[in-house]
Amino acid sequence: MTRLSRFRAALFVSSVLAAAAPAALSQELSIGLSTPITSLDPHFHNLSPNNSLADHIFGQLVRMDENQNLRPGLAESWKAVDETTWEFKLRKGVKWHDGSDFTAEDVIATLKRVPNVPNSPASFAIYTRSVKEAIAVDALTLRMKTERPHPLLPNDLVAVRIIPKKVAETAKTEDFNSGKAMIGTGPYKFAEYVAGDRVVLVANDKYWGPQPAFAKVRYKMITNSAARVAALLAGDVQMIEAVPTADIAQLKKDARVSLASVVSNRIIYLHMDSAREKNSPFITDKAGKPLEANPFRDARVRKAVSKLIDRDAIVSHIMEGQAQPAGQLLPEHFFGTSKRLKADKYDPDGAKKLLAEAGYPEGFGITLHTPNNRYINDEKVAQAVAQFLTRGGIPTKVESMPSGVFFSRGSKLEFSFLLAGWGAETGETSSPLRSLLATFNPQQGMGAANRGRFSDAGLDAVLQTALTTIDDTKRGMMLAAASEKAIGELMGLVPLHYEVSTWATRKGIAYKARADQYTYAFEVRQSK
Amino acid sequence: MTVFILRRLAQTLLVLFVTSALVFGGIFLVGDPVEMLVNPAADQEEKLRAAAALGLDRPVLEQYAIFIKGTLSGDLGRSFVFGRPALEVILERMPATLELAFLAMLMSVGLGIPLGMYAGLYPDKKTSKAIMAASILGFSLPTFWVGLLLIMVFAVQLGWLPSTGRGPSEYVFGLSISILSIEGLKYAFLPALNLALFKLSLIIRLTRAQVREQALLDYIRFARAKGLPRSRVIGVHLLKNILIPLVTVIGLELGSVIAFAIVTESIFAWPGMGKLVIDSIFQLDRPVVVAYLLVVVFMFIMINLVVDILYSALDPRVRIAEAK
Repeated sequence: MTRLSRFRAALFVSSVLAAAAPAALSQELSIGLSTPITSLDPHFHNLSPNNSLADHIFGQLVRMDENQNLRPGLAESWKAVDETTWEFKLRKGVKWHDGSDFTAEDVIATLKRVPNVPNSPASFAIYTRSVKEAIAVDALTLRMKTERPHPLLPNDLVAVRIIPKKVAETAKTEDFNSGKAMIGTGPYKFAEYVAGDRVVLVANDKYWGPQPAFAKVRYKMITNSAARVAALLAGDVQMIEAVPTADIAQLKKDARVSLASVVSNRIIYLHMDSAREKNSPFITDKAGKPLEANPFRDARVRKAVSKLIDRDAIVSHIMEGQAQPAGQLLPEHFFGTSKRLKADKYDPDGAKKLLAEAGYPEGFGITLHTPNNRYINDEKVAQAVAQFLTRGGIPTKVESMPSGVFFSRGSKLEFSFLLAGWGAETGETSSPLRSLLATFNPQQGMGAANRGRFSDAGLDAVLQTALTTIDDTKRGMMLAAASEKAIGELMGLVPLHYEVSTWATRKGIAYKARADQYTYAFEVRQSK
Repeated sequence: MTVFILRRLAQTLLVLFVTSALVFGGIFLVGDPVEMLVNPAADQEEKLRAAAALGLDRPVLEQYAIFIKGTLSGDLGRSFVFGRPALEVILERMPATLELAFLAMLMSVGLGIPLGMYAGLYPDKKTSKAIMAASILGFSLPTFWVGLLLIMVFAVQLGWLPSTGRGPSEYVFGLSISILSIEGLKYAFLPALNLALFKLSLIIRLTRAQVREQALLDYIRFARAKGLPRSRVIGVHLLKNILIPLVTVIGLELGSVIAFAIVTESIFAWPGMGKLVIDSIFQLDRPVVVAYLLVVVFMFIMINLVVDILYSALDPRVRIAEAK
């Protein structure tokens, strides 16, 4: 065989293989995940990749669609019977993977297990804590009593994956990891798990909902983003999540690939120390000497900061279009947002005026702290913000660090000015409001991530009422009003942008991009 | 000899103890694992619960005392993230790393010594010059870049080999091994090559330098003058003498290939210890990081011990001395 003919033969073989590939697709789907799955126990470690995987195998009473609207899951319907009682009508004819029937007793046993998983580093107890008592009225009707009116119970229950009673009462975390306890009601059944490497699932043909398009799914954990893209281009996986912004332009031109994007529930924001009256650690005068007064206590200064930032420039140059300028805590189509709040326009003159009014016509110096491995392009965004502020008369230094260091120091209030992000997993505005802007109050669980210690009694009051108002319309209006007060009026934090999440698939496969950034194999479809 | 080994083992214990204290203290200074572990939406009550569940609510010295006590009974603590014994989590990933290291060392030694000897024996040939030029590239190009290049060429463009991941594995003596099948080797080839490139270049250069030096020495001339066949002069006399420094370097490099394959493992999504430890460092999963470093330090010390013993076997003049 000459060299040339050998080359031709190789070409021929590879074209035959290429032709065979699409036929195999409908059988098996490989997906490249960006973050490793740490446990298969659905109640052990509250982490997006774990939760996303659990939703394939286990079901929840309430689910979220791609825009995080609530949809029936194992519960066909639910309603508040009175202020503190919720009633759930469970779905008829649902079978566990082992063939037994799903009943209300399974839900009750699950609720008992969730807060009591030993050694859990991040438990799901926060979602079941409000439930004082769960009673099975009959096999398919369930009532849950809450201490106080709790309108977000259905949202909370999205995070509670239901397991069979006999598993809930006996299984340990190890039993899930070994596969023994992996009995759910979901569209896929568990087949194989190799820690740090892959998870394999097979379709559940007894599933109560629409059958998934692929009989077998293989999740591969490919944490390096360049390698993930390469695996897609090589055809080793047919779909990847968390496409890096730098590769998007290239992939758009590639005929073998389709992209699916959506504005996520994650906002990137700037938090300012608005609590300490004096000697905030990183505030200086223009010459770099420590400043006794804290300019960030003045809402006008915070608003000036917002006006000095050109969000459009950050979105187009640094985020490569994979973000949307933010004017409040969640994009407008989410529940409880304000129609009136728009992203601040770049307005250096307006900012200068505000700074002068607040008594800082000469500006002041500041250090912006940022994580460098947590959000999309986090450090670059911080650098851009610093340049805008420096140009506007607030000389800003950037100090970046790994998130492990950043969040520990931030929570100890070691910073004066920080960049962080918030994903509203409940899919509505009370989540960021209560964690980021409510007054820090450990007893009530308010302001847990309020690292600027912003505090406003008026806002707290509106929020408290909203959090106990069952009526959706009224609550939505209250939350919108709270956002207008917290951001529009007081600028308790400066919203920068909402991240856009992007998935890439091989041509012939379609995915509906999800705002909660979950990668659901059962929502992947074949397309033409 | 026995005394020598015993003394080495005693030193090992001391080193392990110091390492554990340093790493424990280091991670404590880096940050609070609870901040990394809990869900961002967690309230203060949940943070306190997590701290208590993981034993992080106690003073750091007490945590360390608990760790030391556990270690003495063979329990290196429980991973925060996985909720499983840290040692178990590490040992589970070890075969993947070891097989990659084995393949990489096989490539670098198997190719490096012959190529280096060739370049040393015929320094003026064009081929030798090409080998030396290539070896410069081999250790000057950054691993992550070469890794991505290998993926782009062999997986994406040519489609000959899989881009990432580990092939199907089978159990041999209780260890999961993937490189015994052709399919598994296909997966392992690129990462092993990427890992081997630097070592290969190093061994080529070292071998060449040794050959050049030794070839001029009297014993070689004498062996030739005696009329020994060329193959025997090179294969026995020369090879044995150049091996002594090579063994030291290969031993050390074997250690580093096992312990620090982090970049290669993460680019090729190879589920080994390196990938585990990098994730664990980011998540401040202290038990895993501490246990990993203890395992690595122990391994390095053992490799060095073996190297010292091999040394005396290769060169009868080197006697393992009893320290005075």
